[in-house]
Amino acid sequence: MNGIISSLEGIYAVWLREAKIYIREKERLISSAISPLLWIFGFGAGIGSTVESIGGFPYMVFIYPGILVMAVLFSSLFYGIYIIWDRKLDFLKEVLVAPVPRASVFAGKMLGGVTDAMVQVIFLLIIGLLINAPLSPVSIIQAFLMLLLISIAMVSIGLVIGANLKSPEGFSLVINFVMWPLFFFSGALYPVDKLSPWLTYATSINPLTYGVDALRGIVLGTHQFPIYLDAAVMLVFAVIAMGLGVLSFRRM
Amino acid sequence: MVDFMVIKTESLTKKYGKITAVDSLDLSIEEGEIFGLLGPNGAGKTTLISMLCTILKPTSGRAWVNGFDIVKESAKVRKSIGIVFQQPSVDDLLTGRENLAMHNLLFGVPRNVRKQRIDEVLSLVNLEKRADDLLKTYSGGMRRRLELARGVMHHPKVLFLDEPTLGLDPQTREHIWKYIRELAEKECTTIMLTTHYMEEAEELCGRIAIIDYGKIVALDSPQTLKNKIVGDIVRIKQKVTDINSLKKLDYIRNVQEKDGLLYLSIKDASKHLQDLLMHTGPIDFVEVRSGTLNDVFLHYTGREIREAEAEGGFWERMMKK
Ligand SMILES: Nc1ncnc2c1ncn2[C@@H]1O[C@H](COP(=O)(O)OP(=O)(O)OP(=O)(O)O)[C@@H](O)[C@H]1O
Ligand SMILES: [Mg+2]
Repeated sequence: MNGIISSLEGIYAVWLREAKIYIREKERLISSAISPLLWIFGFGAGIGSTVESIGGFPYMVFIYPGILVMAVLFSSLFYGIYIIWDRKLDFLKEVLVAPVPRASVFAGKMLGGVTDAMVQVIFLLIIGLLINAPLSPVSIIQAFLMLLLISIAMVSIGLVIGANLKSPEGFSLVINFVMWPLFFFSGALYPVDKLSPWLTYATSINPLTYGVDALRGIVLGTHQFPIYLDAAVMLVFAVIAMGLGVLSFRRM
Repeated sequence: MVDFMVIKTESLTKKYGKITAVDSLDLSIEEGEIFGLLGPNGAGKTTLISMLCTILKPTSGRAWVNGFDIVKESAKVRKSIGIVFQQPSVDDLLTGRENLAMHNLLFGVPRNVRKQRIDEVLSLVNLEKRADDLLKTYSGGMRRRLELARGVMHHPKVLFLDEPTLGLDPQTREHIWKYIRELAEKECTTIMLTTHYMEEAEELCGRIAIIDYGKIVALDSPQTLKNKIVGDIVRIKQKVTDINSLKKLDYIRNVQEKDGLLYLSIKDASKHLQDLLMHTGPIDFVEVRSGTLNDVFLHYTGREIREAEAEGGFWERMMKK
């Protein structure tokens, strides 16, 4: 009983600190508001002017679900870099000598990153309404939950990488090798049904493909896999990523 | 273990590549002791403390804190300890009070005493007025004070203080010393502290260990070390120097020459001064003083300044270990 309370309080303590810092570091908050705009208008308007509508949707709306996933992917994965800064600034030591389970520390950090990403999602959903993406109250809730799951998985991956490296430069190097393949082979920017065999294979083993597919299903109503399969794949992926996260934090 | 030792190490060793930071260290520290670690920069003090507080894995050897193995029972060790790190580890973007509140949550301070504890330690370090300011607006000494407040707030059984009073003004230092003594006497808290201030070690520590290159080179009470090792220091200026003949005298423990002056450590100078002066011949100048801990320290660790060896290639910098 005591153990449970201390674990929960540990999670809360770490999360609260992350949330406060997120609000106090104005740059982080501002970038959360601005980067989704860049995504949608940069990609949508830029590429959209050269591509005709896909599946009956204007390109900007067609890629909207993909942009949702990508915004979450990027901000979630990059969140792992803060653990390196925490370590560099020695703040992490205070948390690591604390008698709370490392799983709690991990969970607190993870939820901090998820909070960060979901604030962006809220901005993006508002933008979605403005660009006339076909959103309904139900699909907004479904999209939010799916993005939450994706964010949990991706923040965990970012934290795993951050916990195992010690320099921010090293982190950027590694994260690029993780992020771009996930991004390009997910079908976020193009439909995945008419691809060459090897690309089809690459996209089908990418867990994020299922996230994008689910979001497209939820928002646009067009999808390749059943939504429950998409959700199951992301769930399994998130659980594995969290497990790796806890292990990495135990070794810190 | 016959007697219960609150801190015990057996051949505890930590290697960083070629550097052996802590070298087969054996230590036993009793409950309620204030134990000082002295040593030149890079001697391995922080490394030792990091291992004892479970944030660094030993390369070999074992250690127990409050009866728990630091590797196998690290969670229980963490429940027993408090620590003030040498490097500041308070959070810049939180206020003083928020830093403390977070510590309360992390270290399981009972809910009903949390507020009271925060007020207590804030007044201990005299930071009540600045408690609600962000840490980034604090001066260096104020941060240090907050860090100290945080380290003692959860009333740990064992307290590690890595240069606790670094950069503190004399008033605060007196205050902290008093508090540390009271912790040991009234609460029976066991305290291990490192310091470069000899007067701090003398003032507080029942026993001190001087460590150098990761090994203990001396261990005893400050008083005994002073009596045993240096006794009195006689400083002589003279022209005819025959150090070797002086070294043969049985009451002389050590002779060093520096800047044309001879520094002699002598057992009981008041008794032997006459005899000494007969051996040295005519002198220009003589001064006698009692030996200090500083002399003991220099006796064991020499006078040259230690340089850190910077090492590590691309991958060492990139990877954590
Ligand atoms: N992370 C590390 N990687 C490599 N070497 C290290 C590391 N940390 C410490 N060392 C080395 O270990 C040795 C002991 O360092 P330590 O920090 O324990 O010294 P210290 O006694 O605390 O010194 P100071 O009085 O300067 O605080 C030094 O030679 C140092 O260079
Ligand atoms: Mg040190």
